[in-house]
Formats: sequence, structure tokens, C-alpha cells
Amino acid sequence: MMLRVFFAFGLVVTVAAGLTANSAFAETPVEVLAAIKAEASGTPGFQEFSAARGESFFKTKRNHDLSCSTCHTDNPAAQGKHSETDKIIKPLAPAANEERFTDMKKVAKWFKRNCNDVLDRECTPQEKGDVLAYLLTVRK
Amino acid sequence: MLFNVKNFTRMFAVVVLVIGVTMSVAHTSDARADDDEDEGQRPTVSNAKWKGECGACHVAYPPRMLPAESWRAIMSGLDKHFGSNAGLDAASANEITAFLEKNADARKHDASGKPLLRITETRGFKSEHREVAARVWKNPKVKSPANCTACHTQAESGDFNEDNVKIPK
Repeated sequence: MMLRVFFAFGLVVTVAAGLTANSAFAETPVEVLAAIKAEASGTPGFQEFSAARGESFFKTKRNHDLSCSTCHTDNPAAQGKHSETDKIIKPLAPAANEERFTDMKKVAKWFKRNCNDVLDRECTPQEKGDVLAYLLTVRK
Repeated sequence: MLFNVKNFTRMFAVVVLVIGVTMSVAHTSDARADDDEDEGQRPTVSNAKWKGECGACHVAYPPRMLPAESWRAIMSGLDKHFGSNAGLDAASANEITAFLEKNADARKHDASGKPLLRITETRGFKSEHREVAARVWKNPKVKSPANCTACHTQAESGDFNEDNVKIPK
């Protein structure tokens, strides 16, 4: 009886620990890109992701005179700064910050939030894929 | 027998969950003081969700800086949060709201009944900053009174002690 209880407890602790560890680095940026591609390839007019297109998208000012680079700077491997609050933003390029694009939920949340701020709409899967393709080419 | 083991497993799962939630909700006790004199020395409370979500775009403003009704108003209007849609998933929003309410300023800030949404409009903020010259606020390095870290060098860790204030030139 006691043995089983210990086993059950051990299982719960292991699962809990596993979940905690997973939530830190659930995915790799390449996996995240593949997930975006799976989504994008189903949309009309899909083109293979392009780092060049992503870079231009990243640096082009849109509504409210904002672009991605307004906060993330023209160099995604560098530290950025929030345009309103001056809060420091850690580098966005995975080469400079290993935490970036390792959690699909987080990626979705921030694309949604930031695209709404910059474009007044959500980004398309094509745009997200292009941007991530670009960020993956950025070296430290 | 099998039934018992199942029950134990459930119980342990619940215990582990409760421990986890308790740990993430509050790290320290919240001794409240009624005067502002020891603002910087008050024990700081923390919550990982609050720090991560609120602290992503600005200093994670300490719960003690606004009363619970203000936090509730802010948290229920995140889709229009000072010009930005800062909407959160329901679970995160609930956890953060509970943390903010629990550690909020127990005093009422305004008799008008309308909750203040800006810390800078509270009496506490105004009286603490009455000696700050107008040119300091206009300094591009300060930029906005919401930018605590411009002068409060330890604001990120919840320390607003006057000794750690360094006004940029």
C-alpha cells in the first residue's frame, strides 16, 4: 500500500516537474517557424517565407509612424526600448537571445499585440513567417 | 484497493497544485503601513505572472500603489490599456487581478467613487514627488512620469527608497 502511494506521489512530482520544465522552453524557433508555415501554407497566395521580405516588413513604418524596429531597433540582435515607456526590451533575434521564439503561445500573443499596435490589425501567417525567417538570419 | 490508490493520486495531485499556486501567488507577507514615510522599506510582494505580463512593457507597478478598485478597473479594461490592446488570457488575468487586489493599497484614493487609473494621479504619488522640478519631468531621459526606473534605480525590484533615487542630468 505505502509503496503504491509513494509511486503515485513520485509520478505526480515527476509530471509536475516535467510540465514546469517544458513551459520554459517548449519549442525551438525552427519548430515555431514550421508551425507558422503549416498555418500559412493553407492561406491563398502563400509564398515560401522570405527573409528579405521579412526584413523589409520589420523596418517599414506603418500606422502611427511605427514599425517593428521602432521598439526593437533596426538591429534585432541589439537591445530595444519600448517607444512609450522606455522599458528595455531584450534582443529579439534568437541568435542573441535564446529565449526568443521558444514558446508558441508567447509568440502568438506578442505578434497579436504588437501587430495591432503597429498595423491596427493582426499579422497574416505569411507576414509572421517572413519576419521569423528574417530574424533567424540575424547574427549576433 | 485500486480505488484508494486512485484517491491518493488525486489527493497528491491536488496538494502539489495547491503548493504550486500558493508559491506563485505570494512570496512574502504583506505587512501594511499607513504612512508613506517607509514606502521604500515596505516588504515587496511578487508574482511571476504579474512580473512577466505587466513588466513586459513597463515597470511592473507594485500593487500597493493603487487601491483594489483601481486594479479591478484596469484589469477589466486591458483591451484598451493606455492606447494599446494588452488583453490577456482569462487564467493569467484572473491570477494577476487576485494578486493585485490582495496586495493593493487599503486606503481609498478618491472620494468621488471613480477609481483612479493612473498612479501619477494618486495623492501619494503627488506628495512624494512635490519636490521634483518641472525640468526633470521634461528631461528626455525621464520622458514620462510612468518611467519609474529613470530615477528610481531599483524600481524593477520594487524598491522605491529615496536613497536609491538618482535623477538623470
